[in-house]
Amino acid sequence: MIDKALKGDARYWIWLTFLLGIMTLGGFSYVQQFHYGLGYTGMSRDVSWGLYIAQFTFFVGVAAGGVMLVLPYYLHDFKAFGRITVLGEFMAIAAVSMCLMFILADLGQPMRVLNVILHPTPHSMLFWDMIVLNVYLLLNILCGWVILNSEAKEVPPPKWIKPLVYLSIPWAVSIHTVTAFLYAGLPGRHFLLTAIMAPRFLASAFAAGPALLLICAMVMKKFANYDPGKKAVDKLCTIISYAALTNLFFIGLEFFTAYYSNIPGHMRTLDYLFWGLEGHNNLVPFMRFSMILGIISAILIMIPAVRKNDRALVATCAGIFISLLIDKGVGLVLGGFVPSPLEYITEYVPTFGEIMITAGIWATGFFILTLLYKVAITVDRQVHG
Amino acid sequence: MYDKGKIIPGLIVFVLIAVSPIIYNRGNAGHVPNPEKPKNAKECVRPVAEMRESHMQMVIDWRTDVIRDNGAREAVTAGGVKYVRSLQLGCMKCHTSKQKFCDECHKYASVEPYCWDCHIAPEEKD
Amino acid sequence: MDIKRRKFLKLAGLSAVAGIGAPSAFNMLLRGEARAAEGSEHGEEGHKAAGRGKERLGLVINVRKFASNKGLAGKCIKACHTIHNVPNYGNKKDEIKWIWVESYEHAFPEHSQYHRNETLEQLPIMTMCNHCDNPPCVRACPTQATFVNKKNGIVMMDYHRCIGCRFCMAACPYGARSFNWRNPREKDSRGRLKFIEHLNNDYPCRMRGVVEKCTLCVERIARGMIPACVAATGNTGAMVFGDLNDPNSEISRVLSENFTIQRKPAAGTHPSLFYII
Repeated sequence: MIDKALKGDARYWIWLTFLLGIMTLGGFSYVQQFHYGLGYTGMSRDVSWGLYIAQFTFFVGVAAGGVMLVLPYYLHDFKAFGRITVLGEFMAIAAVSMCLMFILADLGQPMRVLNVILHPTPHSMLFWDMIVLNVYLLLNILCGWVILNSEAKEVPPPKWIKPLVYLSIPWAVSIHTVTAFLYAGLPGRHFLLTAIMAPRFLASAFAAGPALLLICAMVMKKFANYDPGKKAVDKLCTIISYAALTNLFFIGLEFFTAYYSNIPGHMRTLDYLFWGLEGHNNLVPFMRFSMILGIISAILIMIPAVRKNDRALVATCAGIFISLLIDKGVGLVLGGFVPSPLEYITEYVPTFGEIMITAGIWATGFFILTLLYKVAITVDRQVHG
Repeated sequence: MYDKGKIIPGLIVFVLIAVSPIIYNRGNAGHVPNPEKPKNAKECVRPVAEMRESHMQMVIDWRTDVIRDNGAREAVTAGGVKYVRSLQLGCMKCHTSKQKFCDECHKYASVEPYCWDCHIAPEEKD
Repeated sequence: MDIKRRKFLKLAGLSAVAGIGAPSAFNMLLRGEARAAEGSEHGEEGHKAAGRGKERLGLVINVRKFASNKGLAGKCIKACHTIHNVPNYGNKKDEIKWIWVESYEHAFPEHSQYHRNETLEQLPIMTMCNHCDNPPCVRACPTQATFVNKKNGIVMMDYHRCIGCRFCMAACPYGARSFNWRNPREKDSRGRLKFIEHLNNDYPCRMRGVVEKCTLCVERIARGMIPACVAATGNTGAMVFGDLNDPNSEISRVLSENFTIQRKPAAGTHPSLFYII
């Protein structure tokens, strides 16, 4: 089936070459970081996690978001998702691959990564995160590939795959819950020490994942003669809008607890993120932009006229995706480290090389996604004509 | 077989290239490692054969035992000589030159243990 | 779909019941695991400081003695950092420190003072790893590269095993951990070490990519010596080292005779460092 990814028009090859170019640049930067050490990045003693871990967190969400297609289709027999469910599974593969790359990029001693398996440590959340992420990757490769393969041969999928599909649904929830546990159990970081972390992660994931998927589907509709189906698009919009609203609601809850309780530890990070703290306000414009964009996009996607207009829909989905990318892929982790447990304010600015490595990982993710989607829509076109 | 005329010469060329280092270095054993033995000590902590074979494993076992299991930091050789179970404070007190002892075989075997990224080798005299 | 919805709902209900039960079972298991790994059975619940049981090494730091004896803090820091080959980068981004002086408001951020007096503001608070009885860093570490010494409760480091994920740094409420952002043994053009002034040949360095911190001089204690910082204070009594669980030790006497505080007791970490302010 993989041969279907080897036939494409000029635009397809230009896109892949472009991605390969960025991957190469990212690779060069990584080699430099590997030789110098993580001082190559903007991280410091006070802000010891940066862009890599923040992006990792966000893409765990994108991966988990795929379940919003699998669940209605397999549990509620929502037939309209029949053609795009595989896109959700394939997006999860690309996103989890990116997560694993972000973790590797963030390790000070990447050659020793297998120590996590060699010395299994059940009281460490990172150990569990490693397990759930890898199993989720495997589940999605299996489910997506096997089901698409049977579709291509126009035979019903083998019986043994069904339990794995059902397993992948709670598993998607588990990957983002365990990822939230990485942060929500740290005693010294007030901003991260919140029981609502996991539900908030899931809400934003169920908005960001399907939003990205919808953008991809629309791009393929325009350039690859692929039709996700009107009913499916409409349902996806509903899912995205509820998830985005829930996420906004959860953010509101965080604000309430912090500012009504008036506990300094809880307020200071929100102060830093949205108003600036003692003259430090690097993230303020980003966070405000993210918040406003999030609110506007969440309203727009509920309007029928927007849903019917492909361009407006893509723009709205992009708005939701970017808003959540800033909120979770930048603000959450960086904010967690400001102020430090000793109440020092150290700001973090990623270096050029660090951004290049991040871009390289993005390009690799999109590269994987492109190949998989190419296979999926070629099969789709053969079957549905 | 199709394309016999191309495949067979191609295979010959490939094999020739693959074995060219062996042909080039024929009859030459290369530099034979000769690690310098300490002058002021007669026996090592274990028999020579055992040291040759598994000194790395022994050092790793020392570390685990001393750091994790509160094992003894000192021990005695079969001949009754006291030594510290430590690379830097034990081994290198007799084997005073990393270059003339460790590197000799490690270079030959093309292994680069990362011991010296953290541990400090005795100062070389020359 | 060959599974009927009703059948699925039944299944889902059952799994929900299991789901409610599992976390508590999991929690029990996790607690037992974490406790065992941390050797913290000698700690008590809540905000209480020390428990009774096995050996638990700790320090009492008399801040007033440090205030009256200027330069003493510097001597402690120098002793520690020289013995342990702690690099000095001269910038905050790469900074590595095992023991350092902190101001009162940063060391004890939740202890507010109205009309804070000047003496309090200038008090040099010696800060280092608290060798907690219930250390969050040990809980977070995915490889057991940091762990509690079963014999004496010291929070130990195994630099050979550390993968450099920095989860422990995120978990530590005291900012006691430093990461090697670059090679500490980097040399200048003349072949001299750039960041370590005097290399102590009897102790290793660390390599880039691993986390490091104070180990309460476990290597000295094993040889019957006291920690280097305590030794540097001489007979000033500014630092008292000993077994918190031994009722006859000097440190137990000092603790019973003085009002002492710990850093961030609300974090439930049970620090083994006590301060006389």
